[in-house]
Amino acid sequence: MNPEETQAFEEKIYAFIGRENGPPKKGHDAVNEPMIRHWAEIMGDESPVYTDSEAAINSSKGGIIAPPSMLQTWSMEGYSMAGDFVQDVQRGLHNVFDEHGYTGVLGTNTTTEFFRDLKPGDEVTAHTVIDSISEQKATARGIGYFIETVTTFTDQDGEDVGRQVFRVLKFVPADGDASASSESTDDESPAAPTRIASPRGHDNGWWWNAIDEGKMLIQRCKNCQTLRHPPRPMCGECQSIEWDSIESSMEGEVFSFTTLHYPKIPGYDYPLCCAVISLNEGTRIVSNIVGIDHEDVTIGMKVKGNIEQVDEKTMLPQFYPAQAGE
Amino acid sequence: MNANIKDKAAIVGVANTEFSKNSGRSELQLAAEAVAAALDDAGLKPSDVDGITTFTMDTSDEIEVARAVGIGDLNFYSRVPHGGGAATGLIHQAVMAVATGMAETVVCYRSLNGRSGHRFSGGVSGDITTSDAIHWGWYMPYGLLTPASWVAMFTQRYMHLTNCTKDSLFEVAYTMRQHAASNPAALFYQKPFDRAEYNAQKKIVDPFQLYDCCLESDGASAVVITSTERAKDLKQPGVVIKAVAQCAAADMEVMTSFYRDEIAAIPSMDIAAQTAYSQCGLTADDIDAAIIYDAFSPIVLWQLESWGFCKHGEAHDFVMDGALRLDGRLPTNTHGGQLSEAYIHGVNGIVEATRLVRGTSVNQPGKTINHALVTAGVGVPTGGALLGTMDTL
Ligand SMILES: [Zn+2]
Repeated sequence: MNPEETQAFEEKIYAFIGRENGPPKKGHDAVNEPMIRHWAEIMGDESPVYTDSEAAINSSKGGIIAPPSMLQTWSMEGYSMAGDFVQDVQRGLHNVFDEHGYTGVLGTNTTTEFFRDLKPGDEVTAHTVIDSISEQKATARGIGYFIETVTTFTDQDGEDVGRQVFRVLKFVPADGDASASSESTDDESPAAPTRIASPRGHDNGWWWNAIDEGKMLIQRCKNCQTLRHPPRPMCGECQSIEWDSIESSMEGEVFSFTTLHYPKIPGYDYPLCCAVISLNEGTRIVSNIVGIDHEDVTIGMKVKGNIEQVDEKTMLPQFYPAQAGE
Repeated sequence: MNANIKDKAAIVGVANTEFSKNSGRSELQLAAEAVAAALDDAGLKPSDVDGITTFTMDTSDEIEVARAVGIGDLNFYSRVPHGGGAATGLIHQAVMAVATGMAETVVCYRSLNGRSGHRFSGGVSGDITTSDAIHWGWYMPYGLLTPASWVAMFTQRYMHLTNCTKDSLFEVAYTMRQHAASNPAALFYQKPFDRAEYNAQKKIVDPFQLYDCCLESDGASAVVITSTERAKDLKQPGVVIKAVAQCAAADMEVMTSFYRDEIAAIPSMDIAAQTAYSQCGLTADDIDAAIIYDAFSPIVLWQLESWGFCKHGEAHDFVMDGALRLDGRLPTNTHGGQLSEAYIHGVNGIVEATRLVRGTSVNQPGKTINHALVTAGVGVPTGGALLGTMDTL
């Protein structure tokens, strides 16, 4: 776009600032115990204040409350959303971006404030406003704009019960590939959550690229041959910046480990065993221990690794107990 | 009072990398190259350096640069904010540190791919690949995402090598809660727990259950510091800072220093403790009470060892003797700590340590408190301070 086109485009998008996303959205159901129970069960949250009315009455809450993180769910569209995509104001804004090549979309962060606990019987209504659109920014994803929407949640008395700020980046995919967009078409079903990927920069990208190709490498100083992991740009022994790498045998032993139970982050399976592994080559690496009950993992246990596709997007080293006699 | 820094420090080495529109390498590598070249210019070895300072805006972490160059234990590290206004601020930091003996040799740096990478003309924000983000990338894909999980990794190793058990973790958490239970300001005022209740809490990460983990809370704490001379004329009895030290030990990562020969220890706090003691000539025997950073129960044990209250690996026996209780050898976290009073990032601990020395803690121990210790969080570069009464001058 030339400067005039950019100006015209920006006039169009900035005209959306302050607009309500649509009429206030009232939840289909009042806050209710069955939905609270389903949520608590799925999230693995065993706090009695959500499900055990007797314990809840005796707690400081004085009765069953909804988990605060359910706030947004009470006013959600429901299953109908999967069929006809709602043509709200925000969608219209995204369309303007898409038409100008800003097809990429990335949810960058969300912050939520909770003003009071919700109790069964409360009726929640969501009021969403396009709050702000940034100036043009150069990001690692490409040139783009940050859009902030603010949703205020009110109860049956019109009192505010919570507030959520949601920030997305609409950008021109840096490689010019429009298919990098994950939300530019209207018929996608939500993808299963995947593990959080490492950013890839000068000093580590080569290592992760090799993992994608099924190889686990260890960086080696070309001058003094010292191995180092995690990779870094200079040898701490001789200050050489010349390096190459060797391929790891992926054999070693557990130096320490811990099993994670809570909180449960989407994209990961729990209980989740993480370990620091001493590789036979002499360096250490953090990875997961799989193929064994986490209760049976011990420090000193011999392990052998594979590089595996652990979800739709992620290739990762995973370590198993070494077979006896191997 | 004038800062006595005249003639105390000098610039002894300088270097630039080349200037270009596209360096073809990371900001971290540029920083490492410039630092190594400046040391070469000065005729110094990386191991001669014990201090480092940069801009808050720099994307290359001080400890990452230190590790890359092979610099060892750091006693001084700082950042100066406000963009270009920081330039001579780096000299200011280094001179202060050297003149006061906080560091012997301080290296200052600033590194940026200001053209090929993040351009200031493009505005602030976006997805920047810093050395810090890359650091977390070694752990995020595996799910090692929370402070509890990072600390647990050290704890499991520590429990494997020593006789530390859930009994000593319980003793720490229980004692803090007892103190909070009689502190009206604490979030857990009048809410003590017993072993059965402790055992019944949900698992967080092995070996931690809920009560091994600190609170999350709103609040603020503040501390006013002035000269000792001036303090003599003020309303409250002065609390003298006898020593203060900080350290990022060699081969440090933020929360994930898993690559040292042994990880069942916190060398950063070991070194900070030794430094603080040597500043003032006090020893562990002189310390009457302590505020020990307690984000998680076991980190109290390690710090007791760092500060010499017991030998390395023997904190279990020390605490099981009731040492942390109000009538014990070292009444600790008399406010209830961050496990049970509130989590204000340790500054509430400085407030309580001051009150202990004044003799005004809500849980003031029966014995006289001449000297108290207060520490900072561990797993990260850390430190501690020794406080004393005016009578100790
Ligand atoms: Zn080398």
